[in-house]
Amino acid sequence: MTLSPKSSLKPKVAVYKFSSCDGCQLSILNMEDELLDIASAVDISYFLEATRTVKPGPYDVGIVEGSITTPHEVDRIKEVRAECKYLIALGTCATAGGIQALRNFSRVDDYIKTVYAHPEFIHTLETSTSIANNVPVDLEIWGCPVNKGTVLEVLAALLQNRRPNFPPSPVCVECKRRSIICVAVAQGIPCLGPVVHGGCGALCPANGRGCYGCFGPSSAGNFNSLVNTMVPLDRYPNETANLLRSFSSNSPAFRAAADAALKIASTKEAK
Amino acid sequence: MTTTLIDTAAHSAGHNDKLLLPHWAEIVKIIPEAEGVSTFHFRFTDPTVQNRYRFEPGQFNMLYVPGYGEAAISMSSDLETAGGLLVHTIRHIGNVTRATSRLKVGDVVGIRGPFGTSWPLEAIEGMDVVIACGGIGLPPLRGAIYRIIRNRARYGKITLLYGARMPKDLMFPAEYEAWQKADIDMQVTVDRGDDTWTGRVGVVPMWFYHFRVDPHKTAVLTCGPEIMMRFVIYEALARRIPSDQIYVSLERNMKCGQGACGHCQQGPYFICKDGPVFPFKALENIFNVEEY
Amino acid sequence: MTDKTLFIGSTVALPKPELDLLLADLRKNDYQTVGPHMQDESIVYTKIEGLKDLPRGILSEQNPASYRMLQTDKDRYFDFIPANQSWKQFLFPPRHTLFSASKEGKWQLKENDEPAPRYALIGVRACELAAINIQDKIFLREDFSDPIYRSRREGLFIMAVNCLDPDATCFCVSMGTGPRHTAGFDLCLTELDEVFLVEVGSELGRSMLAERTYDLPSAFVQNAANQAMDRATRSMGRTMDTRDLPELLTTHLDADRWNVVSKRCLSCTNCTLVCPTCFCWDAVDQADILGKSTRRERVWDSCFNPNYSFVVGGNTRPNIRSRYRQWLTHKLGTWKAQFDVLGCVGCGRCITWCPAGIDITEEVAAIRAEVNS
Repeated sequence: MTLSPKSSLKPKVAVYKFSSCDGCQLSILNMEDELLDIASAVDISYFLEATRTVKPGPYDVGIVEGSITTPHEVDRIKEVRAECKYLIALGTCATAGGIQALRNFSRVDDYIKTVYAHPEFIHTLETSTSIANNVPVDLEIWGCPVNKGTVLEVLAALLQNRRPNFPPSPVCVECKRRSIICVAVAQGIPCLGPVVHGGCGALCPANGRGCYGCFGPSSAGNFNSLVNTMVPLDRYPNETANLLRSFSSNSPAFRAAADAALKIASTKEAK
Repeated sequence: MTTTLIDTAAHSAGHNDKLLLPHWAEIVKIIPEAEGVSTFHFRFTDPTVQNRYRFEPGQFNMLYVPGYGEAAISMSSDLETAGGLLVHTIRHIGNVTRATSRLKVGDVVGIRGPFGTSWPLEAIEGMDVVIACGGIGLPPLRGAIYRIIRNRARYGKITLLYGARMPKDLMFPAEYEAWQKADIDMQVTVDRGDDTWTGRVGVVPMWFYHFRVDPHKTAVLTCGPEIMMRFVIYEALARRIPSDQIYVSLERNMKCGQGACGHCQQGPYFICKDGPVFPFKALENIFNVEEY
Repeated sequence: MTDKTLFIGSTVALPKPELDLLLADLRKNDYQTVGPHMQDESIVYTKIEGLKDLPRGILSEQNPASYRMLQTDKDRYFDFIPANQSWKQFLFPPRHTLFSASKEGKWQLKENDEPAPRYALIGVRACELAAINIQDKIFLREDFSDPIYRSRREGLFIMAVNCLDPDATCFCVSMGTGPRHTAGFDLCLTELDEVFLVEVGSELGRSMLAERTYDLPSAFVQNAANQAMDRATRSMGRTMDTRDLPELLTTHLDADRWNVVSKRCLSCTNCTLVCPTCFCWDAVDQADILGKSTRRERVWDSCFNPNYSFVVGGNTRPNIRSRYRQWLTHKLGTWKAQFDVLGCVGCGRCITWCPAGIDITEEVAAIRAEVNS
């Protein structure tokens, strides 16, 4: 992707929202110190969360927050893809289907009947899926919410025509570089850090909690081994499986790992 | 280890006392080579550094593009031919090397070096030399070719086996004539010809099927894709060329160039400091170990 | 009056409260005193002032993938066995800015010229001092001297401590590094219930100790210390057979055990980052969005990181099997050829802090068994 550095025109950026909580868009707005620099480098042409002023497409970069959960969104994401040269999926809803992908593991009709007085008005899909499940995506930024430094780095990398600097190392690397004590080993707290992509700065372990995997799988992660290690230590039934079935539940690696965890647990029970 | 070890510290712009601190060097010339490959001529902006700088063919520098990082790149000339400039032939394929493709004459990059071992050009004097290289493996040997030509009488028969994927991928075609005139037997081959190609089609190691070598007085210098080198070595050994007369240049991920960061290790070696040029004898136990 | 003149090699009995004054003296001499402290359910090495910050009465209980603290009411401070992170973090910082560059017309470099901190390390175990000696061989070589390491190492004050209560994951006796100190320290403590026995190891140590009030140790006290150290030597939690060690691993790169262990290894990097001798690092640029300035930083890296051996065109170690094999065959094999010493000191950290509980001693034994079978 070249954002045409020779062109005097600043690249046009659009930020879209699909099924999501807006937290990742807020992470962009939270970059108070850097917003001026960003605005001087790119033309933010469409960002309803920030401004009602809309410049028409096509856009150089589209940043999409949220997952695809309704028939309408299935159509809309295709339009977005068509009007953006480079498409970025922002946040774990957009990269994996998000927490709302928990519906994928049960029957949505049952929820609709239970929750809504008039279920006939609800038009929703059986599943919540990632952007890449629906249209081709050029780059994924994981996180629930995303790390604003990562967003900034991706924009900088696009502008400078280089590979963004977020290496595929696991969260453990960030814990150790920050001298954070391993919560799994020292306190027996279940932690997915060893198989999860770093980038958050080990936010949860730094606060005494285990990693719940919102940055998605690290490329080298050995989910099988982690599940085999963790399941025997479950403090209540299916603790490991539940941990895997949260924010990144619908990513293939997490899906397979949760299934494996449930299988180990059920085999143990059968014995 | 029998490779020629150079006292890099004496001539180096490597800054032993300041970790990874490069010297700025200005681009004085850019020559487009094959598709996606260009040759850059650099001069240090600090004349003291420029005057002190010495290197041997086969060694490499760490090139730094601010914001992008460093990449290890071999010299593609020798001191005399380059008139003291630093000449690098760069394939624009990685993060840093793609950034260099956008640089212009007058721009600066950071340079540290020179690092590593060099081709054993003195040790192989008096011998026949087979230079076997593929693709971007020729530039690291071009300095050695220049040096051999300059001292042509000191060597026996010189054969240059060079292969590329397509005719358009061949490096330095304008120089082949001069090399042939200097009594270098040029054997150029491509994996796939095009409409105008009348030369040989095939892979580099196949040359050994057609020609005889005198194993006791033949040295092999090889650089290129590891799979190519593997077969060159195989063919050379099969013809009883001793493993300490076969020299190999290896490539690994490098961050420091000084055997400190750990990345380029293979077996007991730091490729950046104990290599990149090794006598194959030193690699016998590790070269063919998969994923090592 | 007793002659209390101190020499290098002298041992004295120091009342425990005197340690506070000794540390205060070190700080007066511009040292940052760092030592063990209980934090986040673990012992960490961090800034301490005196006895009040030390882990009083704390024992550690280490096992594969498990580190637990036990509180006792004993008036003892060094009964735990090594902390999570080694002293490596002070000499080879996990992150260090090398320089920054900015473009105003031409690019300008500004090197990081922050003065190196002067540390006094309080409570260095024999295995840990052996690890520092190994890192000296890596960072302070004839052909390469790491300026960051060197500036910290040169100014270092080492107050060692003899280990009296080894843990289940300890095997320093097998590696010949402990539990008793022999040299390389400024002062060395042996903790008894009532007093510290302090051995003088250097002129600097002697001058620091000379200011304090101490007694000459009685034969009884010295005997008690020696007995405690003998007990420690006999109570290693683990052993490693180091016979033929470089060859055993480097000549069996195709052992089936590499496949077995790769099924368990998480490739999470923990073993390498807690290891007191592992030295790999990466350098990364952090550029601003406008591309006008950048900061180049050195960070800890690990051979288990997926992009560690990335080259254009592929990864030379593309899977966990090849990465684990690289780590172990380097640590207990090729390290010897590189630095004339093995890369393991037997501190057991890689066993304790491996979330999957992989045990280096068990892996070596398994390969040995496979080879001999």
